[in-house]
Amino acid sequence: MQALQHLISSGWPEPLRLILFLVGILAFVGLNAAYLVWVERKGAARFQRRPGPTEVGYAGLLQPIADAAKLMSKQLIVPAGVDATLFRVAPLLMMSPALMSLAVIPWSQNLAARSVNVGLLMVFAFGSINVMAVMLGGWSSRNKYAIISAARVVSQNVAYEIPMLLVVITMIMVTGTMNLSEIVTQQAGAFWHWNFFRVWVNPLMPVTFLIFFICMLAETNRAPFDMAEAESELVAGAYTEYSGMGFGVFFMAEYANILLGCALATVLFLGGWQSPVGSLLGNPQGVLGNLLGIFWFFVKMYFLVFSVVWIRWTFPRTQFYGLLNLSWKILIPVSLVTLLLSSVMIKLFHQ
Amino acid sequence: MKNSLKEIATGFNSLITGMRITIGQFFKPTVTVQYPHESLKMPDRFRGHIELVRDPETGKALCFACKLCERACPSDCITVEGAKLDGAKKKSVTQYVLDFTKCSLCGSCVEACRDGAIRYSHAYNLASTKKEDYVMDLFKRLEDERLAAEARGEIIPTPAPVVAQASPPASSAGIAPAAAAPVAQTAPPTAEAPKVDQPKPVTPVQPN
Repeated sequence: MQALQHLISSGWPEPLRLILFLVGILAFVGLNAAYLVWVERKGAARFQRRPGPTEVGYAGLLQPIADAAKLMSKQLIVPAGVDATLFRVAPLLMMSPALMSLAVIPWSQNLAARSVNVGLLMVFAFGSINVMAVMLGGWSSRNKYAIISAARVVSQNVAYEIPMLLVVITMIMVTGTMNLSEIVTQQAGAFWHWNFFRVWVNPLMPVTFLIFFICMLAETNRAPFDMAEAESELVAGAYTEYSGMGFGVFFMAEYANILLGCALATVLFLGGWQSPVGSLLGNPQGVLGNLLGIFWFFVKMYFLVFSVVWIRWTFPRTQFYGLLNLSWKILIPVSLVTLLLSSVMIKLFHQ
Repeated sequence: MKNSLKEIATGFNSLITGMRITIGQFFKPTVTVQYPHESLKMPDRFRGHIELVRDPETGKALCFACKLCERACPSDCITVEGAKLDGAKKKSVTQYVLDFTKCSLCGSCVEACRDGAIRYSHAYNLASTKKEDYVMDLFKRLEDERLAAEARGEIIPTPAPVVAQASPPASSAGIAPAAAAPVAQTAPPTAEAPKVDQPKPVTPVQPN
């Protein structure tokens, strides 16, 4: 404990830090991807008043491991006539941006792999790679369904990238920084200091959060915007030709992206690792403070993850024109209004 | 502008309503019956294959091998043998073979029986890989059950489990028993008597 405390306060030796965060983030994402599937299945079941997985392990807790073992033991079929290189690269290309972006997320006071000054920019720079991955996967599959799905995904993601970035620009103007750790530090204190409730800067702040959340759902191809994998229309969408762990990695990447999106929403709007009750529980530093920070971060993040599952099992898939209408006719104008409003408010009252 | 704002408001409201409903369902108990581990109790008027009715006083079968059921059966799936035991006034059944592979569950036998000595059982987990499992001696099963109950120190005629088809022992015409634990469930109302001319069993019938 003492040694750990010393390490945290004095800064970690660079190679150790690198390895630790690499392993940590990989393990975290892997475990989360596996167990978010479990959460999703259990959640889906409960929303439909079924018990969900119960057979493998207590409450089906070993189900993800069994699934992973099954997927890994399957052959990775590369169909004849596909672009084999792109076909193999696409799942990795989907997974890696999420992993890289998680490096700038501040999990707790001193717990961020890298506190990059342009962290937010980095996340969105990597975030747009993910569209290309689905596109490549669909294109290289040499399959009609996959190509149709890929085309839809691209137009969807382009449409939703705009309001998302407008919202993020609003947030950058409000906070004045792109450093995620800095953004969290600004929201110190009880929950009314969170950006979500900073209505004196921008009265439309909760709306901004909603737009961000909706765009996050669309960017991660989650229901009701799951055009990428529209089972009922396009077999398995862009992933039709994938088998075994190729499909598994796409699946994991989906959950990794959800995790990243929820983590980002937590950092930007819900005060990151800050306690919602301020310093009511004291203001511990060091290991204890970090643990508490992680705790609050996870509470907020997993609440958002649960909401994602909740939304998925509540709403049917939107039709494609409905999806684009929502973005171009509602989200983009509203996010422009929030951008304008907050810039005017900042200019007038918060100079 | 006004219309589109109104549309946004109503749309948002409907989304919230939907989410409220689903979260309400989320916290309600599940309704699934985990089949191999538990199964539903069949309603009282479920018409499974037939079984012999026990005399509530002696614990033996009520049937005295009049063979009316055998004659009534359109598919010839019932074979009854009886014998007159020493000192008894009536014959009593010694063998009652039901070939369930042929039975179409028409119920003519139950209708034909004048003394209410046979009735429908509540057995429904009747899966097996062997054809022989479906040729069952109902009398032997009844006796085995009685003997097993006596071995456990219970007296079968009174009070409760008169004719229960609860997990037949492997020796009796073995119907592959699905491990069945009855689910606590209220039985459907049994106010109206079955149409068949037969006294209703007074004792509660155990589920399979």
